[in-house]
Amino acid sequence: MSELASESVGSGAGMSHALVEIDDLKVHFPIKSGVLLNRTIGYVYAVDGVSLKIRRGETYGLVGESGCGKSTLGRGLLRLIEPTSGGITFDGTDVRALEGEQMRRFRRRIQMVFQDPLASLDPRQSVESLLVEGLKAHGLDRDKAAARQRLRSTLDSVGLPASALNKYPHEFSGGQRQRIGIARALVLGPELIVADEPVSALDVSIQAQVVNLLGDLQESLGLTYLVIAHDLAVVRHISDTIGVMYLGSLVEEADADRLYERPLHPYTRALLSAVPIPDPWVEDSRERILLTGDLPSPADPPSGCRFRTRCPWSQNRCAEDRPELRVFDDSGQRVACHFAEEILSGELLTAG
Amino acid sequence: MPLLDVRELSVVFQRKGTKPFTAVDRVSFAVEPGETVGLVGESGCGKSVTSLAIMGLLPRRGNKVTGEVRFEDTDLLKLRPQDLRDRRGRDIGMIFQDPLSSLNPVIPLGLQVAEVLERHQGKTRQAALREARGLLDAVGIPDPARRLKEFPHQLSGGMRQRALIAIALACKPRLLIADEPTTALDVTVQAQILALLKELVDQSGTALVMITHDLGVVAGLCDTVNVLYAGRVVERAGRHALFGDPRHPYTHGLLQSVPRLDADRGGRLHQIRGSVNDNIPWSEGCAFAPRCDRVVDDCIGETVPLEPTSRGGALRCTNPVPQEVPA
Repeated sequence: MSELASESVGSGAGMSHALVEIDDLKVHFPIKSGVLLNRTIGYVYAVDGVSLKIRRGETYGLVGESGCGKSTLGRGLLRLIEPTSGGITFDGTDVRALEGEQMRRFRRRIQMVFQDPLASLDPRQSVESLLVEGLKAHGLDRDKAAARQRLRSTLDSVGLPASALNKYPHEFSGGQRQRIGIARALVLGPELIVADEPVSALDVSIQAQVVNLLGDLQESLGLTYLVIAHDLAVVRHISDTIGVMYLGSLVEEADADRLYERPLHPYTRALLSAVPIPDPWVEDSRERILLTGDLPSPADPPSGCRFRTRCPWSQNRCAEDRPELRVFDDSGQRVACHFAEEILSGELLTAG
Repeated sequence: MPLLDVRELSVVFQRKGTKPFTAVDRVSFAVEPGETVGLVGESGCGKSVTSLAIMGLLPRRGNKVTGEVRFEDTDLLKLRPQDLRDRRGRDIGMIFQDPLSSLNPVIPLGLQVAEVLERHQGKTRQAALREARGLLDAVGIPDPARRLKEFPHQLSGGMRQRALIAIALACKPRLLIADEPTTALDVTVQAQILALLKELVDQSGTALVMITHDLGVVAGLCDTVNVLYAGRVVERAGRHALFGDPRHPYTHGLLQSVPRLDADRGGRLHQIRGSVNDNIPWSEGCAFAPRCDRVVDDCIGETVPLEPTSRGGALRCTNPVPQEVPA
């Protein structure tokens, strides 16, 4: 590992040291038209200027609805999709400056867990071959006995028996398959795991097993997670910090408890009030903020505040001025809304 | 008299050369007029197959449906296919999970809504289209006149689901079956659709069978809840009783394993061990026994019967979770 890495570990103040810093990251996809000329006629602003920090050892939860750019951000971080602009710093290394072989070797430190384990595991490879692939790519399989030992201990840590090595993905249940997906990410000993909807394809009873497993692994291996999910209840349960995305930008960020106790952004409020709670008494007495309309197209986002077209508190200023993500108070909660204070104090009432 | 009375409904899938598989195993439940009944369970518990069997939508081959599905005075399972077609869409409407695959992609939306009215109420195309506009308006689709001419791919997911609800409710059915109607939608859109369903059901007095895996959805919507496990009803109770005081270890475990937005954070989630693959057949005892924390010797050996409870529900368990004594 580079000098940079050891230096930053030495200077970092333990847990509060930022492992990942994303600075004004943008991922724009061109919209092409025409067969021969292939002109670019516009862009989909999938991620449009997101800045955030993930501290070593924490779980950062990224929530938002489909199309908000949360998955693109996760992939952009690994450069599985090349970002359009912006900076990514991982443990002192400028990730965007890495090239070719350097980047390939660097990927060992960040691994990914995908949503659908059946689709992300090759059905024609045995579990052993799936897991060995990563070791091979990073030259860690030369000592066969040690490699085998590594596979066994990894499988053991995700709660699968060593006999699983000779089986194929279809022989496992959904929860076990997700464990294989996690094992594949773990086998290289990464520092950061980007988990994109790790439990949303699973049944409730299985979901709890995988959520607990992720927690246990973090504790025993000191992992840092970026968990991308749409299920707020799950994200809140496992995350230390939560970022809420809407149409390509981060609209609010706070530690998990605070976000639920005091949501500042109107979108966060609506999102929290929309999540059904399995308790009839709570459901009967809850007030919902029902948003009107649908998500605008990320190819043609509204001017000013992206959320203003659906915001019950929208004002004239919101159409002209795009709110920056700003620090709200000493708690470190960040929000991108001009009127967060007025909405919180009740000075500004909803139009309806 | 209940509007819909499902008695001992079983669905057995069988293919040549394979072992028959009982997807739905003597399921009985009733729906009173205007009532909202939930069927809850995880994948593979038979909740969707139940709804398809009620509607007569299972493929003709490869399965055997037995039991009775009484809708008012008729047994739907005994109707001739053409008679069943007369009732489907008129007396019973259905909403499916994925609106994109349940709408025809090459027919404009207006015609798809009008079709139901033409077929069941003998309306002319023009009259039907006029009414379709009103229906789209009623389910909250903005600018319905324009939307009538559009194709499903031009609508957003939430809008498609609204269109599907409009189709299902076009003939003012007395019963609506909704199979995971909000699962494919985002939470804020889900909240819109659930509010719409609730409002429509309250206004029209339509009975609703809500099939879902989401306990949160059930908690806010259903009067009575049936919990299914491996093709059988394991617990039935009013929603307050079920959520406040679950008696079956499976229901209890499920409720404890979902992280709640309003509960204290952190700590481990309760987990139900194993997976659905670990079940034993119902004929050899309780299918849930291998995964159950409260398993006793009596759970294995004989089929555990579904017995009525003092609170008007039913329970299939030899060693239920003790009832909470009110403090």
